[in-house]
Amino acid sequence: MHDSHKFKIPMGPQHPALKEPESFSIALKGEKILGVEIRLGYNHRGIEKACEERSYIQDIYLIERVCGICSHSHSTCFIQAVEEIACLQIPERAKYIRTLIGELERIHSHLLWLGVAGHEIGFDTLLMYTWRDREVVMDLLAELTGNRVNYAINTIGGVRRDVSEQQALDVLKAVDILEERTKYYIGIATTETSIIKRLLGVGVLSHEDALRLDAVGPTARASGVTRDVRRDDPYAAYGSLSFDVITDNHNDVYGRTLVRVKELLESFKIIRQVIKDMPAGPLSVKAPRKIPAGEALSRYEAPRGEDMHYIKSNGTEKPERVKVRAPTLANVQAVKHMLKDRYLADMPIVIAAIDPCFSCTDRLISVDYLDTNRKQIIKWQDLHAYSIAWHRRHGIDFTKLNKETRGAGF
Amino acid sequence: MDIRRKILTWARIKSPWIIHFNTGACNACDIEIIAALTPRYDLERFGVQLKGAPRHADILVCSGPVTRQIECRLERIYEQMAEPKFVIAVGTCACSGGVFNGCYNIKGGINSVIPVSAYIPGCPASPKAIIDGAVKLLASLKK
Repeated sequence: MHDSHKFKIPMGPQHPALKEPESFSIALKGEKILGVEIRLGYNHRGIEKACEERSYIQDIYLIERVCGICSHSHSTCFIQAVEEIACLQIPERAKYIRTLIGELERIHSHLLWLGVAGHEIGFDTLLMYTWRDREVVMDLLAELTGNRVNYAINTIGGVRRDVSEQQALDVLKAVDILEERTKYYIGIATTETSIIKRLLGVGVLSHEDALRLDAVGPTARASGVTRDVRRDDPYAAYGSLSFDVITDNHNDVYGRTLVRVKELLESFKIIRQVIKDMPAGPLSVKAPRKIPAGEALSRYEAPRGEDMHYIKSNGTEKPERVKVRAPTLANVQAVKHMLKDRYLADMPIVIAAIDPCFSCTDRLISVDYLDTNRKQIIKWQDLHAYSIAWHRRHGIDFTKLNKETRGAGF
Repeated sequence: MDIRRKILTWARIKSPWIIHFNTGACNACDIEIIAALTPRYDLERFGVQLKGAPRHADILVCSGPVTRQIECRLERIYEQMAEPKFVIAVGTCACSGGVFNGCYNIKGGINSVIPVSAYIPGCPASPKAIIDGAVKLLASLKK
């Protein structure tokens, strides 16, 4: 076919199918996608750097705002790392409350996703249904923490609010309602032919590719990868709770939908156990203002997958380095793979199927040429080469040293 | 006010179409904006509809602090909207930059780039506050 049949479609950063500003450049041949370039960075706010200039307590506030949907995931992940460095043993009750809020967050996130997925395939009734039911969880979160989103329940050494007996009863009552609704959604997802036709065989990611591309969370579990931090490396109270890791072998968007709705049932199971087994006791231990020097890596199973925080402290009240690896960043490569040779029309649901959260993910190096008003985005390799060349011009040259060390057998 | 202007204002207040643009928000305000449009809060009862294209919209609903990457895009979307146009800044970050003030990639609130008609503070602004802000903006158009 002639080259002119190939064309490129820019999509975003403002696009009705995307809730967040991201830009995709899609190379097409007819209706088929040849390749996709994803340009991140519109949402990059520089949180990692800002954390270094704020105290640990202020950082909790900032880290919660990495992502509004999985704010508890990020703050817990961050705090776990700080507590590990400071060798703090948090009270059992605090662990259970963290687990409770974490699972409520997972329910709200998965219901939100189910609605968005319904919207992307043109099934807006599902969006309205799930978002109506989601309000039940939002009410609970507001009751337990004081805010609908960005709960601020965590503090270094424990949690900030207790769960009263009345609140525990309210949680159980809400879980019963939600379980009934979830069973209805599972019924829809497994019997409604238009949903199955729209999702089955779309956005395929084989088991091998999921492992090779390091997919995480429901995206990986729908390709038969049994990977869940809650079971593999238990944190909070998960070590003493029983639950199943849901996997699926459909390897496609349909599988990802099933994994998420079934995970909702597991979350209800976990919440019932948490309420039943929650021990009495204090909510937090006293944490030092200055965290001793050290480093820690913390993992957390966010609704979208494994979240990772690395913290290096230097004995002051501010961290020296904070690094966030959000789950969407791990899944972005898989999306490129899923879209290849697929039809353009499937693109929104395939992207939505990883439940992307770009506010967590965004990182980019951008250079603005102020004199010519020219803007350029440069890649990491180019920046690497540029930095070496620049330093060489300024008298720092490793060429000779490299040769010498090579000669010395390094 | 002549009769033509009166009819136009009446129509505008009855069907304010909005476009939502995330200028660097953490998603919290975005999910609350969508929650305001779904059955519990149902902003649509005021005639508010979410549109995909800037040219169809009367109100630009922005959330989040303006990042340096998005700044020129925000200007372009604002320019593409037909007159008269209004901007609502949802959330503390959109109002002033909030917690992200001082970050190297943050320009500030929405009003550092384009004029804003209504500010809705909150972290995140609750759907109730969003409805209140939208209704107040519509009420101000009557005058």
